[in-house]
Amino acid sequence: MINPTSQELSLEKLRAGDRAEFARMVDTFSSPIYRLGLRMLGNSQDAEDVLQNTFLNALTHLPEFEARSSIATWLYRIAANEALMSIRRKKPEVTLEDLRADDPDTELIPAAFVDWSALPEKELLSEEGRKNLEAAIASLPENLRLVLILRDIEGISIKETAEALGLTDTNVKTRLLRARLHLRERLSTYYSEHLIHEERND
Amino acid sequence: MTDPVHLNCESLLGSLSEYIDGELGQELCREIEKHLAGCENCRIVLNTTRRTIDLVQAPAEAANVPDDVRERLFKCLNLDDYLKSRSR
Repeated sequence: MINPTSQELSLEKLRAGDRAEFARMVDTFSSPIYRLGLRMLGNSQDAEDVLQNTFLNALTHLPEFEARSSIATWLYRIAANEALMSIRRKKPEVTLEDLRADDPDTELIPAAFVDWSALPEKELLSEEGRKNLEAAIASLPENLRLVLILRDIEGISIKETAEALGLTDTNVKTRLLRARLHLRERLSTYYSEHLIHEERND
Repeated sequence: MTDPVHLNCESLLGSLSEYIDGELGQELCREIEKHLAGCENCRIVLNTTRRTIDLVQAPAEAANVPDDVRERLFKCLNLDDYLKSRSR
Protein backbone atom coordinates (compact mmCIF):
# COMPACT_ATOMS: atom_id res chain seq x y z
CA MET A 1 0.00 0.00 0.00
CA ILE A 2 1.13 3.53 -0.63
CA ASN A 3 2.62 5.22 2.40
CA PRO A 4 -0.18 7.54 3.59
CA THR A 5 2.19 9.67 5.62
CA SER A 6 4.16 10.74 2.57
CA GLN A 7 3.74 14.42 2.04
CA GLU A 8 1.41 15.28 -0.84
CA LEU A 9 3.28 15.55 -4.12
CA SER A 10 3.17 18.89 -5.89
CA LEU A 11 1.78 18.50 -9.38
CA GLU A 12 2.94 21.99 -10.18
CA LYS A 13 6.54 21.12 -9.38
CA LEU A 14 6.29 17.81 -11.23
CA ARG A 15 4.95 19.48 -14.37
CA ALA A 16 7.64 22.14 -14.17
CA GLY A 17 10.25 19.39 -14.34
CA ASP A 18 11.39 19.56 -10.71
CA ARG A 19 13.72 16.56 -10.48
CA ALA A 20 13.72 16.32 -6.68
CA GLU A 21 9.93 16.14 -6.74
CA PHE A 22 10.04 13.50 -9.46
CA ALA A 23 12.47 11.48 -7.34
CA ARG A 24 10.02 11.78 -4.44
CA MET A 25 7.21 10.53 -6.68
CA VAL A 26 9.36 7.56 -7.75
CA ASP A 27 10.08 6.66 -4.12
CA THR A 28 6.42 7.00 -3.16
CA PHE A 29 5.11 4.70 -5.88
CA SER A 30 7.93 2.39 -6.88
CA SER A 31 7.12 -0.35 -4.34
CA PRO A 32 3.42 -0.81 -5.22
CA ILE A 33 4.28 -0.70 -8.93
CA TYR A 34 7.09 -3.20 -8.49
CA ARG A 35 4.72 -5.52 -6.59
CA LEU A 36 2.13 -5.16 -9.37
CA GLY A 37 4.80 -6.14 -11.88
CA LEU A 38 5.89 -9.12 -9.77
CA ARG A 39 2.36 -10.43 -9.42
CA MET A 40 1.44 -9.86 -13.06
CA LEU A 41 4.65 -11.21 -14.63
CA GLY A 42 5.82 -13.63 -11.95
CA ASN A 43 9.53 -12.75 -12.01
CA SER A 44 11.75 -9.95 -10.78
CA GLN A 45 13.38 -9.15 -14.14
CA ASP A 46 10.06 -8.47 -15.88
CA ALA A 47 8.81 -6.62 -12.79
CA GLU A 48 11.85 -4.35 -13.01
CA ASP A 49 11.14 -3.69 -16.70
CA VAL A 50 7.54 -2.75 -15.86
CA LEU A 51 8.82 -0.46 -13.11
CA GLN A 52 11.36 1.32 -15.33
CA ASN A 53 9.01 1.64 -18.30
CA THR A 54 6.24 3.02 -16.09
CA PHE A 55 8.38 5.89 -14.80
CA LEU A 56 10.04 6.55 -18.17
CA ASN A 57 6.57 6.79 -19.64
CA ALA A 58 5.41 9.01 -16.77
CA LEU A 59 8.40 11.30 -17.29
CA THR A 60 7.53 11.69 -20.98
CA HIS A 61 3.82 12.25 -20.45
CA LEU A 62 3.86 14.32 -17.28
CA PRO A 63 3.44 17.63 -19.15
CA GLU A 64 0.19 16.30 -20.67
CA PHE A 65 -1.16 14.90 -17.39
CA GLU A 66 -4.38 16.80 -16.73
CA ALA A 67 -4.97 15.61 -13.19
CA ARG A 68 -8.46 14.33 -13.95
CA SER A 69 -7.38 11.38 -11.86
CA SER A 70 -4.90 11.25 -8.98
CA ILE A 71 -1.20 10.73 -9.65
CA ALA A 72 -1.52 7.25 -8.08
CA THR A 73 -4.34 6.24 -10.43
CA TRP A 74 -2.48 7.65 -13.42
CA LEU A 75 0.68 5.70 -12.54
CA TYR A 76 -1.29 2.50 -11.92
CA ARG A 77 -2.89 2.93 -15.35
CA ILE A 78 0.53 3.21 -17.02
CA ALA A 79 1.86 0.26 -14.98
CA ALA A 80 -1.14 -1.95 -15.79
CA ASN A 81 -0.67 -1.22 -19.51
CA GLU A 82 3.04 -1.93 -19.29
CA ALA A 83 2.34 -5.24 -17.54
CA LEU A 84 -0.26 -6.27 -20.13
CA MET A 85 2.07 -5.32 -22.99
CA SER A 86 4.85 -7.35 -21.43
CA ILE A 87 2.56 -10.40 -21.15
CA ARG A 88 1.51 -9.83 -24.76
CA ARG A 89 5.15 -9.83 -25.90
CA LYS A 90 5.56 -13.26 -24.32
CA LYS A 91 2.30 -14.60 -25.72
CA PRO A 92 1.98 -12.92 -29.11
CA GLU A 93 -1.07 -15.02 -29.95
CA VAL A 94 -3.03 -13.18 -27.26
CA THR A 95 -4.22 -9.67 -28.11
CA LEU A 96 -4.37 -6.82 -25.61
CA GLU A 97 -8.14 -6.86 -26.06
CA ASP A 98 -8.19 -10.54 -25.04
CA LEU A 99 -6.27 -9.71 -21.89
CA ARG A 100 -8.70 -6.94 -21.00
CA ALA A 101 -11.92 -8.66 -22.06
CA ASP A 102 -14.37 -10.38 -19.79
CA ASP A 103 -14.26 -14.10 -20.22
CA PRO A 104 -17.64 -15.71 -19.54
CA ASP A 105 -15.81 -18.94 -18.64
CA THR A 106 -14.50 -17.26 -15.53
CA GLU A 107 -18.05 -17.15 -14.13
CA LEU A 108 -17.90 -19.22 -11.02
CA ILE A 109 -20.40 -21.26 -9.10
CA PRO A 110 -19.06 -22.31 -5.70
CA ALA A 111 -18.32 -26.02 -5.49
CA ALA A 112 -16.38 -26.29 -2.23
CA PHE A 113 -18.47 -26.24 0.93
CA VAL A 114 -16.02 -26.90 3.71
CA ASP A 115 -15.79 -24.19 6.36
CA TRP A 116 -12.09 -23.70 7.02
CA SER A 117 -12.53 -20.09 8.13
CA ALA A 118 -11.95 -20.89 11.81
CA LEU A 119 -8.55 -22.51 11.26
CA PRO A 120 -5.94 -20.77 13.42
CA GLU A 121 -4.14 -17.82 11.91
CA LYS A 122 -0.72 -19.46 12.25
CA GLU A 123 -1.91 -22.28 10.05
CA LEU A 124 -3.65 -20.05 7.51
CA LEU A 125 -0.62 -17.80 7.26
CA SER A 126 2.14 -20.39 7.55
CA GLU A 127 4.95 -20.11 5.01
CA GLU A 128 3.36 -22.87 2.97
CA GLY A 129 -0.06 -21.24 3.32
CA ARG A 130 1.28 -17.95 1.99
CA LYS A 131 3.00 -19.70 -0.91
CA ASN A 132 -0.26 -21.40 -1.76
CA LEU A 133 -2.05 -18.05 -1.62
CA GLU A 134 0.48 -16.42 -3.97
CA ALA A 135 0.17 -19.38 -6.36
CA ALA A 136 -3.63 -19.03 -6.25
CA ILE A 137 -3.34 -15.30 -7.06
CA ALA A 138 -0.92 -16.10 -9.89
CA SER A 139 -3.42 -18.58 -11.34
CA LEU A 140 -6.11 -15.93 -11.80
CA PRO A 141 -6.74 -14.74 -15.36
CA GLU A 142 -4.91 -11.45 -15.98
CA ASN A 143 -8.01 -9.25 -16.09
CA LEU A 144 -9.22 -10.55 -12.70
CA ARG A 145 -5.75 -10.48 -11.19
CA LEU A 146 -5.25 -6.79 -12.02
CA VAL A 147 -8.49 -5.84 -10.27
CA LEU A 148 -7.64 -7.93 -7.20
CA ILE A 149 -4.13 -6.46 -6.97
CA LEU A 150 -5.35 -2.87 -7.13
CA ARG A 151 -8.45 -3.20 -4.95
CA ASP A 152 -7.71 -5.91 -2.39
CA ILE A 153 -3.92 -5.91 -2.19
CA GLU A 154 -2.93 -2.27 -2.77
CA GLY A 155 -6.22 -1.07 -1.30
CA ILE A 156 -7.29 1.61 -3.79
CA SER A 157 -11.04 2.30 -4.15
CA ILE A 158 -13.43 0.71 -6.65
CA LYS A 159 -13.64 4.08 -8.42
CA GLU A 160 -9.86 4.49 -8.66
CA THR A 161 -9.47 0.88 -9.83
CA ALA A 162 -12.07 1.57 -12.52
CA GLU A 163 -10.21 4.71 -13.62
CA ALA A 164 -6.85 2.96 -13.65
CA LEU A 165 -8.12 0.09 -15.78
CA GLY A 166 -10.54 2.01 -18.01
CA LEU A 167 -13.52 0.03 -16.69
CA THR A 168 -16.88 0.95 -15.22
CA ASP A 169 -17.42 0.60 -11.47
CA THR A 170 -19.81 -2.28 -12.21
CA ASN A 171 -17.14 -4.09 -14.27
CA VAL A 172 -14.68 -3.74 -11.41
CA LYS A 173 -17.19 -5.10 -8.88
CA THR A 174 -18.03 -8.07 -11.12
CA ARG A 175 -14.36 -8.91 -11.68
CA LEU A 176 -13.55 -8.47 -8.03
CA LEU A 177 -16.29 -10.92 -7.07
CA ARG A 178 -15.06 -13.46 -9.62
CA ALA A 179 -11.46 -13.07 -8.48
CA ARG A 180 -12.43 -13.53 -4.83
CA LEU A 181 -14.59 -16.59 -5.60
CA HIS A 182 -11.80 -18.16 -7.67
CA LEU A 183 -9.36 -17.69 -4.82
CA ARG A 184 -11.88 -19.02 -2.31
CA GLU A 185 -12.23 -22.24 -4.34
CA ARG A 186 -8.46 -22.72 -4.52
CA LEU A 187 -7.94 -21.95 -0.85
CA SER A 188 -10.85 -24.23 0.08
CA THR A 189 -9.18 -27.17 -1.64
CA TYR A 190 -5.92 -26.45 0.13
CA TYR A 191 -7.24 -25.73 3.63
CA SER A 192 -9.81 -28.57 3.57
CA GLU A 193 -6.89 -30.99 3.51
CA HIS A 194 -5.42 -29.26 6.56
CA LEU A 195 -8.75 -29.47 8.30
CA ILE A 196 -8.98 -33.21 7.68
CA HIS A 197 -5.41 -33.61 8.87
CA GLU A 198 -6.21 -31.67 12.05
CA GLU A 199 -9.32 -33.74 12.75
CA ARG A 200 -7.33 -36.94 12.34
CA ASN A 201 -4.79 -35.69 14.85
CA ASP A 202 -7.44 -34.77 17.43
CA MET B 1 -49.98 -6.77 -1.53
CA THR B 2 -47.28 -8.68 -3.27
CA ASP B 3 -45.27 -11.38 -1.57
CA PRO B 4 -41.83 -10.23 -0.46
CA VAL B 5 -39.13 -11.39 -2.80
CA HIS B 6 -37.11 -14.16 -1.27
CA LEU B 7 -33.45 -14.13 -2.01
CA ASN B 8 -32.03 -17.31 -3.53
CA CYS B 9 -28.45 -18.57 -3.41
CA GLU B 10 -27.64 -17.21 -6.86
CA SER B 11 -28.69 -13.66 -6.11
CA LEU B 12 -26.88 -13.79 -2.77
CA LEU B 13 -23.74 -14.80 -4.61
CA GLY B 14 -24.10 -11.80 -6.93
CA SER B 15 -24.16 -9.43 -3.94
CA LEU B 16 -21.58 -11.27 -1.83
CA SER B 17 -18.61 -8.97 -2.44
CA GLU B 18 -20.60 -5.83 -1.78
CA TYR B 19 -22.18 -7.39 1.31
CA ILE B 20 -18.73 -8.22 2.70
CA ASP B 21 -17.45 -4.74 1.86
CA GLY B 22 -20.45 -3.16 3.63
CA GLU B 23 -21.69 -1.44 0.51
CA LEU B 24 -25.29 -2.63 0.53
CA GLY B 25 -28.42 -0.94 1.87
CA GLN B 26 -30.04 -2.12 5.09
CA GLU B 27 -32.99 -3.77 3.42
CA LEU B 28 -30.87 -5.97 1.16
CA CYS B 29 -28.60 -6.83 4.10
CA ARG B 30 -31.63 -7.99 6.06
CA GLU B 31 -32.75 -10.16 3.13
CA ILE B 32 -29.27 -11.64 2.88
CA GLU B 33 -29.12 -12.36 6.60
CA LYS B 34 -32.53 -14.02 6.46
CA HIS B 35 -31.31 -16.28 3.66
CA LEU B 36 -28.04 -17.02 5.45
CA ALA B 37 -29.88 -18.11 8.59
CA GLY B 38 -31.46 -20.96 6.66
CA CYS B 39 -28.75 -21.86 4.13
CA GLU B 40 -25.62 -23.53 5.42
CA ASN B 41 -23.80 -23.61 2.08
CA CYS B 42 -24.20 -19.86 1.63
CA ARG B 43 -22.95 -19.32 5.19
CA ILE B 44 -19.85 -21.36 4.36
CA VAL B 45 -19.28 -19.44 1.13
CA LEU B 46 -19.64 -16.16 3.03
CA ASN B 47 -17.29 -17.18 5.88
CA THR B 48 -14.61 -18.58 3.61
CA THR B 49 -14.81 -15.70 1.11
CA ARG B 50 -14.48 -13.22 3.97
CA ARG B 51 -11.47 -15.16 5.28
CA THR B 52 -9.97 -15.32 1.77
CA ILE B 53 -10.14 -11.53 1.53
CA ASP B 54 -8.58 -11.19 5.02
CA LEU B 55 -5.70 -13.38 3.92
CA VAL B 56 -5.18 -11.49 0.67
CA GLN B 57 -5.16 -8.22 2.60
CA ALA B 58 -3.00 -9.54 5.46
CA PRO B 59 0.10 -7.40 5.46
CA ALA B 60 2.75 -9.92 4.47
CA GLU B 61 6.28 -8.65 4.39
CA ALA B 62 5.12 -6.50 1.48
CA ALA B 63 7.87 -6.63 -1.13
CA ASN B 64 9.45 -3.20 -1.32
CA VAL B 65 11.68 -2.33 -4.20
CA PRO B 66 15.08 -3.91 -3.48
CA ASP B 67 17.94 -1.41 -3.19
CA ASP B 68 19.68 -2.56 -6.39
CA VAL B 69 16.43 -2.28 -8.38
CA ARG B 70 15.88 1.22 -6.98
CA GLU B 71 19.42 2.20 -7.89
CA ARG B 72 19.03 1.05 -11.51
CA LEU B 73 15.64 2.78 -11.70
CA PHE B 74 17.09 6.10 -10.54
CA LYS B 75 19.98 5.75 -13.00
CA CYS B 76 17.72 5.04 -15.95
CA LEU B 77 15.68 8.14 -15.04
CA ASN B 78 18.85 10.25 -14.68
CA LEU B 79 18.05 10.80 -11.03
CA ASP B 80 21.41 9.60 -9.68
CA ASP B 81 21.79 12.79 -7.64
CA TYR B 82 18.75 11.87 -5.56
CA LEU B 83 19.66 8.26 -4.79
CA LYS B 84 20.66 9.07 -1.23
CA SER B 85 17.55 11.02 -0.27
CA ARG B 86 15.23 8.07 0.02
CA SER B 87 11.85 9.61 0.83
CA ARG B 88 9.69 6.69 1.79
